Amino acid sequence: MKRYMPLFVLPTLCAFILGFILPFIMGVGLSFCKFTTVTDAKFVGFSNYIKALQDTVFRHSFWYTALFTVVSLLVINVIAFALAMALTQKMRGTNIFRTIFFMPNLIGGIVLGYIWQLIFNGILAKYSTALALNEWYGFWGLIILVSWQQIGYMMIIYIAGLQAIPGDVLEAAQIDGATGWQRLWKVTVPMMMPSITICSFLSVTNGFKLFDQNLSLTAGEPGKMSEMMALNIYNTFYGRTGWEGVGQAKAVLFFILVVIIGVLQLRATRSKEVQQ
Amino acid sequence: MKWKRRLSWVGTGLFTILGIAYIAPILIVLMNSFKKKVYINKEPFTMPAGKTYAGWDNYLAAINKYQLLSAVGWTVFITIGSVLVILICTSMCAWYITRVQTKFTKTLYFLCVFSMVVPFQMVMFTLSLIADRTGLNTPWGIIIIYLGFGAGLAVFMFCGFVKGIPIEIEEAAMIDGCTPVRTFFNVVLPIMKPTYISVGILETMWIWNDFLLPYLVLDLNKYKTISIIIQYMKGSYGRVDMGAIMAALIMAVIPVIIFYLCCQKHIIKGVAAGAVKG
Repeated sequence: MKRYMPLFVLPTLCAFILGFILPFIMGVGLSFCKFTTVTDAKFVGFSNYIKALQDTVFRHSFWYTALFTVVSLLVINVIAFALAMALTQKMRGTNIFRTIFFMPNLIGGIVLGYIWQLIFNGILAKYSTALALNEWYGFWGLIILVSWQQIGYMMIIYIAGLQAIPGDVLEAAQIDGATGWQRLWKVTVPMMMPSITICSFLSVTNGFKLFDQNLSLTAGEPGKMSEMMALNIYNTFYGRTGWEGVGQAKAVLFFILVVIIGVLQLRATRSKEVQQ
Repeated sequence: MKWKRRLSWVGTGLFTILGIAYIAPILIVLMNSFKKKVYINKEPFTMPAGKTYAGWDNYLAAINKYQLLSAVGWTVFITIGSVLVILICTSMCAWYITRVQTKFTKTLYFLCVFSMVVPFQMVMFTLSLIADRTGLNTPWGIIIIYLGFGAGLAVFMFCGFVKGIPIEIEEAAMIDGCTPVRTFFNVVLPIMKPTYISVGILETMWIWNDFLLPYLVLDLNKYKTISIIIQYMKGSYGRVDMGAIMAALIMAVIPVIIFYLCCQKHIIKGVAAGAVKG
């Protein structure tokens, strides 16, 4: 079997080294250098990181992203859960509704951004203002956009979870005299914790990594105030010459942040899961 | 029981309204794609009629002025090519590293899982540089980049499935004289068909809609994907042609909807399966 290693593993391994490992290692290394192309990289120690942390726009983008992530996490998951509950009841046409709610998920971020830009600007024009004039219009615009995109996806995961709950548990609770509300909070939600873990993990990482939608809907307008972290990093790289190293340092910080948040969040929700 | 049935009809009615509201954004864009460009920003919520009606002009503009059809072609080529290569290479790799447990394969598995958490911004600059230097900045080369960057999720999902296949089946095939290659293609591959569909769908959705990776990697003078064209139309052409953008948006959405309606059962199942493993 081992003789066949080159055939089975080598194609993926080579591409993986070229497409991930090498850029990753170079990226970590370059975050300690000043450069415009890789060949003129000069070691500068931690100065890129200091510059990155002193950048007020970057700090603003962090808080903006964090707030966005929390709000979108709540909005998406509450609505998706409610829809999943409704669409697992006996009702005509549930399959068609599932199909419809899932559909926006397949549309790309850039396309989504321009679809909603047309609509928001059309509405805001009636009050003689526009999306690019206020950072909070952009904020709520993005919330509506990602909710529209991701509710269907989360709903599908919740429906799969709901269908896996054995019916006799709910029946037993009902016979014991639990009200509908009690059954929801004491039986359904605890049994659904694995799905809730997955969905909240997905919406948190999606929120933090959001880029395409941000770029197309507001592009950071007005004056970088609606710029989220991923877009801020991109603009540092490609918008300011001489700041490539700082951009790379920001990217490393961003990566560490995503890992920490992911781990913390998984721990928090995993501990609430019950044995089935 | 009567009131229950009535309640279910109320629910259906309510959800029908909600469903129509849900697809309204796409319908509004469709409506505007038939409107003359100067009227789109002024009155986006009225039907095109009389002097505002533009016929197919916007579509012709998008196709002729912005080479939208070639962008659609390249996007199809990159998506299909990458997904096929990813499916074949990563499934073979996943099978090997689950069946042959050495330090090397364990490290590789760990690195694959690790790569799933790394945000693209972390590697984007160096990746586009490497692609540039090695000549991978073509639609053919980008397939290799996608294989490398998409390997993590695919290997992880395939590994999860291979672990569930009883090894006795493969051993029986090997004892009967099958080489590992034949065992894989004649025995393992047919068993893994559902996983191929799940992974294939997830990767298709990602690559078809991806913007930043092809934007940074491809040689933009020669090749553009749909997302790149739309971003270009909005950004760097001076006066923005709203009509052509509406047409381009619709042309980006329609293939996706057709694909979705054709295999929505698999897509929804694939998403549920992929999420449970992730």
